[in-house]
Amino acid sequence: MPGKTLFDKIWQAHLVTVESDEQPAILYIDRHLVHEVTSPQAFTVLRQRSLPVRRPERTFATLDHSIPTDRERMAYVDEQARAQVETLRSNCRDFGIQLFDLNSAEQGIIHVIAPELGLILPGQTVVCGDSHTSTHGAFGALAFGIGTSEVGYVLASQCLLQRKPKSLAINVTGSLQAGVTAKDLILDIIRKLGSGGGAGYVFEYRGPTIKALSMEERMTICNMSIEAGARAGLIAPDETTYAYLKGRPYAPASAEWTSALASWHQFASDPDAEFDAEIFIDAHSLEPMISYGTSPDQSIAMQGRIPEPGSHDHLAQALSYMQWQPGQSLEGVRVDVVFIGSCTNSRISDLRAAATILQGRRVAQGLRLMIVPGSEAVKRQAESEGLARIFIDAGAEWREPGCSLCIAMNGDQLKPGQLAVSTSNRNFAGRQGKGSRTLLASPLTAAATAIQGTLTDPRAYIY
Amino acid sequence: MEAFISLTSKFISLPLENIDTDQIIPARFLTQTHREGLGAGLFYDWRYEAGGTLRTDHILNQDHRDAHILVAGANFGCGSSREHAVWALQSYGFRVVMSPSIGDIFKSNALKNGLLALEIDPFFYQEICRHPEASLTVDLEQQSIALSSGATSSFVLEPFARLCLLQGVDQLGFLLGHETAIANFEGRQR
Repeated sequence: MPGKTLFDKIWQAHLVTVESDEQPAILYIDRHLVHEVTSPQAFTVLRQRSLPVRRPERTFATLDHSIPTDRERMAYVDEQARAQVETLRSNCRDFGIQLFDLNSAEQGIIHVIAPELGLILPGQTVVCGDSHTSTHGAFGALAFGIGTSEVGYVLASQCLLQRKPKSLAINVTGSLQAGVTAKDLILDIIRKLGSGGGAGYVFEYRGPTIKALSMEERMTICNMSIEAGARAGLIAPDETTYAYLKGRPYAPASAEWTSALASWHQFASDPDAEFDAEIFIDAHSLEPMISYGTSPDQSIAMQGRIPEPGSHDHLAQALSYMQWQPGQSLEGVRVDVVFIGSCTNSRISDLRAAATILQGRRVAQGLRLMIVPGSEAVKRQAESEGLARIFIDAGAEWREPGCSLCIAMNGDQLKPGQLAVSTSNRNFAGRQGKGSRTLLASPLTAAATAIQGTLTDPRAYIY
Repeated sequence: MEAFISLTSKFISLPLENIDTDQIIPARFLTQTHREGLGAGLFYDWRYEAGGTLRTDHILNQDHRDAHILVAGANFGCGSSREHAVWALQSYGFRVVMSPSIGDIFKSNALKNGLLALEIDPFFYQEICRHPEASLTVDLEQQSIALSSGATSSFVLEPFARLCLLQGVDQLGFLLGHETAIANFEGRQR
């Protein structure tokens, strides 16, 4: 009998009832993360059926999607957005759920604050009504996005009905060159798999390149698993994980830490584990990547050229929307807005990377640079390190934590036709506002572009 | 949840791959706190010009009263987990969505709301697209699809979701019925 994968082990440890032909498994959920946009209708179901939240102490909420990111937090996009925020407040109050509200020191993008607070631990199951829940796989937790119906099921029962997905090992070797980041690596992986290529799979990212990544880089990788259609993406916990977790407010402490640490060591794929599928990536020759189309799998190396669509309607339509010609290079195209933020790239290491390029320079004339820290904690840290000063002196907008221009439902948005370089995760048509055009890139590429005013290879700024 | 047994209906086809849930319902429609009425925002940026003028030439703006089936290209419903995409399609009048492949979260959301999300044979998909004037019969009991032009196909649906749809019951009651097993699990986890 072959060994077990990391995914097998977490799955098995959470089975309330096993799967049969007739019915899916009942899977127990350790952590439930909640935000204002995908939860109201779930709480309505609880109220209609007079159900309590089964385990409020396993449930944590914050405000991130609909909130304004201006300094005063007053510029709600409309009254409905303000009412949605109030709805989460009253739901959390009525059902006894911890809410990290706008006036708290812990508020931020749910996928940034949950790890910061030590809420995500190896071997857990984690869900949230948000597809980027896959972020938390970086800790060796099985974390996936769910819809609002399932948010209600978890609130009421702490469980979900699930068929076991298949497993895909993504083996990465070769060290990343200077100027090439985790974001470039995941864009390359998504390009190779295609936006639906991971459907039905849980990924495990492994190999020396992955082992060498920091926790924040690992979160960037796992975050975008969904952009290849995956159910979840995992990375086995190791010393890097434990060092990150130790001392976090909700992480186990003292004697509990010791026993937790001992139990976490089991969460690795056995050497003889068999995956349903496996791919191999060499990261050594990887260059900074840039998306060019309207799907996250449409990306090229910075020095590359836009492919010919041939008979591929989807690509032809993407090029028409983006106003590109086949065979064209993107380096040097004029950019209107640069956005550094989102659950993909708004953590302190992302801001430090951007600051290395922005320090002592000025944002190009006519370009708008928005920097939106992922959380209050990131914001405080960036201010104490002097990064915020670097950004402001460069002419950037230094804003309050939230999803901001990644989701563009909160007042932060592009004008029709505007072109943005964005450190976020989706370049869908209209994602950043009706008619908006998005180029996904790393914080380094974003910062270099902001200085230059045109899409720029960050290696020009790296000595 | 409304039960689904079978349906014969005209269909609308959107033969494009990777139609993400941001296209189905743009994020700016997600601030409402109820499920109803989202049909007005369905494919909004496809159906309206930048200034808000209705694009009368768009297929979704033509008379669709008889069309309760949406046929779309591969990887339909990829992207964001927003269940609003399902509610918007239902509010507009769709009861079935079929595509050669469907995003995992969208598929799960759809089936939990009584919107039958079917992954169909890619060749049958092409056959459907060749007959835009035909109607389709979807039989959930038999797990079959028939095109009025004569072609037929079968589909596979997760058995539990199929049973819930046939009976018109949602999964929450089933989960809550396992209280003892859940409590036992929690006891073991201590």
